[in-house]
Amino acid sequence: MADMASMLDVSVWRGADEGRFVSYPVPRRENQTVLDVVTYVQRRLDATLAYRFSCRVGMCGSCAMTVNGVARWTCRTHVGRVARDGRLRIAPLRNMPVIKDLSVDMAEFFAKAARAKGAFRPTADRTADFAVIAPDSPRRRRADAAIECIGCGVCYASCDVVTWNPDYLGPAALNRAWTLVNDERDGGNRERLAAVAGDAGCHACHSHQSCMERCPKHLNPTESIAGLKRATVLAALTGKL
Amino acid sequence: MSARAETLLWLAQRVSAMVLAVVVAVPIGTIIYAVQGGLSAQEIIGRVQGNTGWLAFYGVFVAAVAVHGPIGLRTILREMTPVPARLIDVAAAAFAVLLAWTGWQAAYGLYGFGGA
Repeated sequence: MADMASMLDVSVWRGADEGRFVSYPVPRRENQTVLDVVTYVQRRLDATLAYRFSCRVGMCGSCAMTVNGVARWTCRTHVGRVARDGRLRIAPLRNMPVIKDLSVDMAEFFAKAARAKGAFRPTADRTADFAVIAPDSPRRRRADAAIECIGCGVCYASCDVVTWNPDYLGPAALNRAWTLVNDERDGGNRERLAAVAGDAGCHACHSHQSCMERCPKHLNPTESIAGLKRATVLAALTGKL
Repeated sequence: MSARAETLLWLAQRVSAMVLAVVVAVPIGTIIYAVQGGLSAQEIIGRVQGNTGWLAFYGVFVAAVAVHGPIGLRTILREMTPVPARLIDVAAAAFAVLLAWTGWQAAYGLYGFGGA
């Protein structure tokens, strides 16, 4: 590549919530991802660097970081797409406490999925026959549109409402709740809608759509949250909330 | 506040916004249509004084404002300030009463201007 400099200037956050950026020179390679860069720093330059990854192919949701100011899945983010003048600034995700360097504490993020009643509540036991659900039914299609979340936390880190209101359940948890609201086999909607309504739930969303803009799976949590707003209003008006 | 109450507040704000979209446009349209050689207080009073239609219109306008504004203010205060939620609820309710009272007084005052 003609525009490819031989070295990258990579600034990496070191420390916890208090810390500083440390600069590392990393050789530029073809088809290099941001995760490749972080791995190079950890294996060749400073073994004390803490970061998280697993599958390296965009399935597990472990490797999200803030790259040049934007939350991204680093394993599927090519350096060529995000480096500016050969420079990368890599920081931990926003809106979560930093454990060390690029690793954040996601406990609250996952606890919120549970608080949004993100667990499937079956209405049948294992002796029952398969539920037959038409693939083109409106509810199945709405569930399909939101189902591919990998729990990477990019939307949560990109959401200003989470920053302002730490109790806010956030886009991922609400998106998950919406898939279950549309799951015909699920029997937990009354509690779920009560859990996602109100100032810590779907009604707090300002529809900034950063979640949709940043989601690496191209999901639209804002649309899911809008669906929850409609569903909760309907439930409130019919005495089911 | 209960999930149901929060949801109904949200609904009230959306519905009042729909009403406001219409009732804000009407006076602006009227101004553009009616103001040709400058706008005098006399002209305005001449239009609305004793007119039950305008009184009803501004009555609805004020009601929509009194519902919409305080709910929005409540949200802003909750997100941006450390004021306790309960206090914010009381302040927002008081603001709603203030808006409704002063707004309706103004509308009724114009309606009855000159002793009509």
